[in-house]
Parts: sequence; C-alpha cells; structure tokens
Amino acid sequence: MIVTCAATLFVVPTIVWAHGFAGSRFFPATLTTDDPFVNDELSLPTVSSIVTPDEGGTRDTEVAVDIAKRITPNLGIELGESVINLKPPNESSQTGFGNLELAAKYEFFESDEHETILSLGGGVEIGGTGNNRVGADSFTTWAPGFFFGKGFGDLPDTVSFLKPLAVTGQVGVAIPTSASTRTVTLNETTGEREIDIERHPDVLDWGFAVEYSIIYLHEQVKDIGLRAPFDRLIALVEFALETPLNRGQKGQTTGTINPGLIWSGKYFQVGAEAMVPINSRTGNDVGFIAQLHFYLDDLFPKTLGRPLFGGKK
Amino acid sequence: MKRVVLGLLLIGVASSAELEAHAFLERADPAVGSTVQTLPSEVRVLFTEKIEPVLSSVQVFDALGKEVDKHDVHLDRSNHALLHVSLPQLEAGTYKVVWRVVSVDTHVTNGSFSFRIVR
Repeated sequence: MIVTCAATLFVVPTIVWAHGFAGSRFFPATLTTDDPFVNDELSLPTVSSIVTPDEGGTRDTEVAVDIAKRITPNLGIELGESVINLKPPNESSQTGFGNLELAAKYEFFESDEHETILSLGGGVEIGGTGNNRVGADSFTTWAPGFFFGKGFGDLPDTVSFLKPLAVTGQVGVAIPTSASTRTVTLNETTGEREIDIERHPDVLDWGFAVEYSIIYLHEQVKDIGLRAPFDRLIALVEFALETPLNRGQKGQTTGTINPGLIWSGKYFQVGAEAMVPINSRTGNDVGFIAQLHFYLDDLFPKTLGRPLFGGKK
Repeated sequence: MKRVVLGLLLIGVASSAELEAHAFLERADPAVGSTVQTLPSEVRVLFTEKIEPVLSSVQVFDALGKEVDKHDVHLDRSNHALLHVSLPQLEAGTYKVVWRVVSVDTHVTNGSFSFRIVR
C-alpha cells in the first residue's frame, strides 16, 4: 500500500474581485486577491498561466469568467467558472472545466473620511461540477472570509506623495468537506493494488494588494502633467498566499507575489501581473495573469448595473 | 465566450449615447497641488463626465477652514463637464478645494485638492 500526502494548494482564484469607492478613493478590481467591495461587474476573461510542481512541472493555464451582482447596495453575490489546461512534462495536455464557484459578500463598515471598507463573505466551490482530469475536486469546499480595504488619503500633507497608497486584502479559511480522497490503481508490473490517499487540509487563504494610484495622485495630490492614458494607471503588488492548517501539511505556505499594472477607464479596466512563486513548493518559474474587467454599474447604470433592491449606492 | 464579449461590447457601443460613468477629476485650474503667483479669480474643475449642477458643489476653504469662495458654483455654458466657482481677492496661503459631483447618470464622486498662492 502506498500512502501519499498530496494536495494541490496553489490555485488561481476564479471569483471576481470588485472595484469600488470609499470616500474619494477609487479602488480597482484586483486580479488575484480579494477585496471588500460589492459591485456589479464582469471579468471576461481572466487568463493565467504558471508552472506548478505537480508531476515535475505542470503548466497550468486557465481562462476564467466571473460575474458579480449586487442584491442590495451592501450585499452581493458572485459566480465564477474556468476552463483549465494542464500540460505535464512529456505528457499530453488535459483540458476541462474547474468547479463552479459561488460567493456572497456583505459590506458592514465604511468610513469615507478614512477611505476604509470592511466586509464579511463566504464562498463555496461546488465539488463534482468540474472535470476530474484537470484536478477539479469531487468534494465541496467552503470558504468564509474577512475582507478589508484602506486608502491612505488621511495621511498628513507632509507626506502627501504617500496618499495615493492603498491596501486591500483578505483573510479566510477554505474548509473542504472531505478530509481525504482515496484512489485505488492496479500496478501493472507487480500486479498489486496501490492505494493513493490525497489529504485535504483546511487552508488559511490570506493575501493583500498594495496599490499606488496615479488616478488619486492626479485628482487629489498633485497634477504632475500625466495625460491619458497614463493618468489612469494603478501600480500594484499582490501577495496571494495559502497556508495549510492541518492534515500533515501544517504551515507549508504556498503562493505568489504579483507585481503589475491596472489601467482603469470609464467602463472597464485592463490589468496584467507577473506571478512570482514564493518558494519551490509553489513553483520555480514566473507565470502571468491578465484580465479584462467590465464595470457593469457604469455600462448599465439603470438596469443590470444597479442593486436589485435598495436603489444605487 | 467570444460571442458574450462581442455581445457586451455591441450593447455598450449601441447605447453609447446614453452611457455615463463615475465622474473623475480630469483637470483643474489652479492645478491640483500647484503653486501660483497670479491671483486666481475663480477655480475651474473639469470632470470626465457631464455633471448635474444642482446636485454638485465646489467649495474653496482657507487654511483655517473658512469657506472663501463666492458660493456661485455653476456649470460652464459650453462644456457641461466643467464647473466654475468664483473667488474674491485672496491672500497668499494654502487653499483647499472640496468637490462633490453627481454625473448625469446619478453616480456620486467626491474629492479634494490644495493649491498655494505665493507673492
């Protein structure tokens, strides 16, 4: 009997991350970490590619679509799906759907003066809705979380060039409904049955994005002469991290650090980031993620882009 | 997926005459964070969208927090994305412009910036 402890910890999230306002601060939708905003928007598509350590270096390429809809001004739901292509070394590639992801989020605190927003939310990856050949789990995973966003426009004028800085982020726990998966295969050489047990730990999902907004600099601090399209840029670094909490993998953090740029227009934004693995457990090669993201609240302010109940925010 | 993207874009383009978005500050005079030597007779703020003047405001405050503008914020006659507010003869010092605007699709945005007058 062969018993292994394995889990694919690094996954590119597919649920849409929202753009939003807190006071005079505009926050763009981040690409790989979640933030506290509830809005009407569509990411179509999000494309990512990175080599994971699975089977000695498997290229994981994903194309995702995500949509978010406000139910009330402070409560929203999200839905995400992705097509995944896995290409192990010296093997043919496999393509299939990831599991369907659903989420809800509620903004419970906002301070316009301090450009701060806090939210609680929860997501669920519905097991068995994707294809097993691309690693979609057969079991469901729940993921409650806390989300925060803070702009630094309230810093004193003596450090005014730091005012365009902002931080958004999340802390949550992904809780699988199955502690392990057992796979039985027949070893053709020995004729013996081999049992492979993949253990699924609870995982602390944590991450944050540090942003420097040229939009904020241009509007609130100093017109440095940048004009379109450069006055609509936001430079950011995202830290997307996962730390298993139990089942033999406690503390084995994986994740990426993602420097990039977002350009935000009237109705959509475009973003691209490099994905730098933080350790060999995550990978050894730099990947990328790019996204086209539509602001449905601006595209369709009187119909699709407003809350179903409670007017607009 | 391509069809969905194209569909969305077509809908957007087809209804572009009615599309409005959040109004961002595009430019101001005196410029955001600037130092000027000539006394400005007014503050002009240009936004990225057309503005609802009745629901919008531009105020100018001195360093003590006292409002110094003439309370006559108004839309430019030829450019409905441009707001003006008149100023009296100001002393040298730092002034803060606080704006809150409602674009014609009723999105609300706000912000502030400073300029300095030296002699």
